[in-house]
Amino acid sequence: MRRDIFQAIADPTRRAIIALIALHAMTPNAIAENFNTTRQAVSKHLRILSECELVKQEYQGREIYYSLEIDKMKEIDKWLEQYRKIWETKFNQLDDVLSTIKKNKK
Amino acid sequence: MSNSPFEFTVDKSTKTVFINREFNAEQSLVWDAFTKQELLDQWWAPKPYKSQTKFMDFEVGGRRFYAMVSPEGQEHWSIQKYTSINPKTNFKFLNAFADKDENPQLPGSDWDLTFSEQNGTTKVSITIYNDSLERMEQMIEMGFKEGFTMTLNELEELLTHIKVEK
Repeated sequence: MRRDIFQAIADPTRRAIIALIALHAMTPNAIAENFNTTRQAVSKHLRILSECELVKQEYQGREIYYSLEIDKMKEIDKWLEQYRKIWETKFNQLDDVLSTIKKNKK
Repeated sequence: MSNSPFEFTVDKSTKTVFINREFNAEQSLVWDAFTKQELLDQWWAPKPYKSQTKFMDFEVGGRRFYAMVSPEGQEHWSIQKYTSINPKTNFKFLNAFADKDENPQLPGSDWDLTFSEQNGTTKVSITIYNDSLERMEQMIEMGFKEGFTMTLNELEELLTHIKVEK
């Protein structure tokens, strides 16, 4: 199942997990130690993050290590940057409209 | 005028976008630019897109039905339904994408716009709250498409201002 990326970051625990594994790859047990929640709950969050393609898994021996897909995170910022740009353009156009009206009034 | 104070922040967790901008004009004029069809259509769409309002009844319960038209002539329709109006200071509306037959694509987003003037400068504060994360993604994705057609010069200018959010 593919989920949308904003779902990944909508939850505070998931945001905390992202912050943790951004530093270095971690096992689910090591991640769970940072939260007052069950190992099961952490696994569920990790599954959602995986479905959003925000984390990747790597096997080292019998352990699974989770790490962050940095490029995917950048995608979010890229979208927001574009949206911000649109507003900036619209407002610059509005500046022109306002100054034209003011000139015509004189 | 492009150096007027402009703030743009997004709280991804609460699905809310906050925009603040100051304009070098009196409050009633800025209010008109946001609430009158013939003025709105002059700036609402980022170039090279065009805003074309089919109808607009600016009153509580009234609607604005408009399209963002691409340079190739492709129309992206939206409906805004006004839910609250306090002349010259605040208005709110519910925004939804729509098809060309005015059928809204729900859920939409809640917009809240506040206007205030100080020493001939008018500040506009906009809050956009999205019901669903999918909607927010879609709204931003639409923005991406529109923004993509803009010139690189403009982008370059922007990049010097952008605060890198980690």
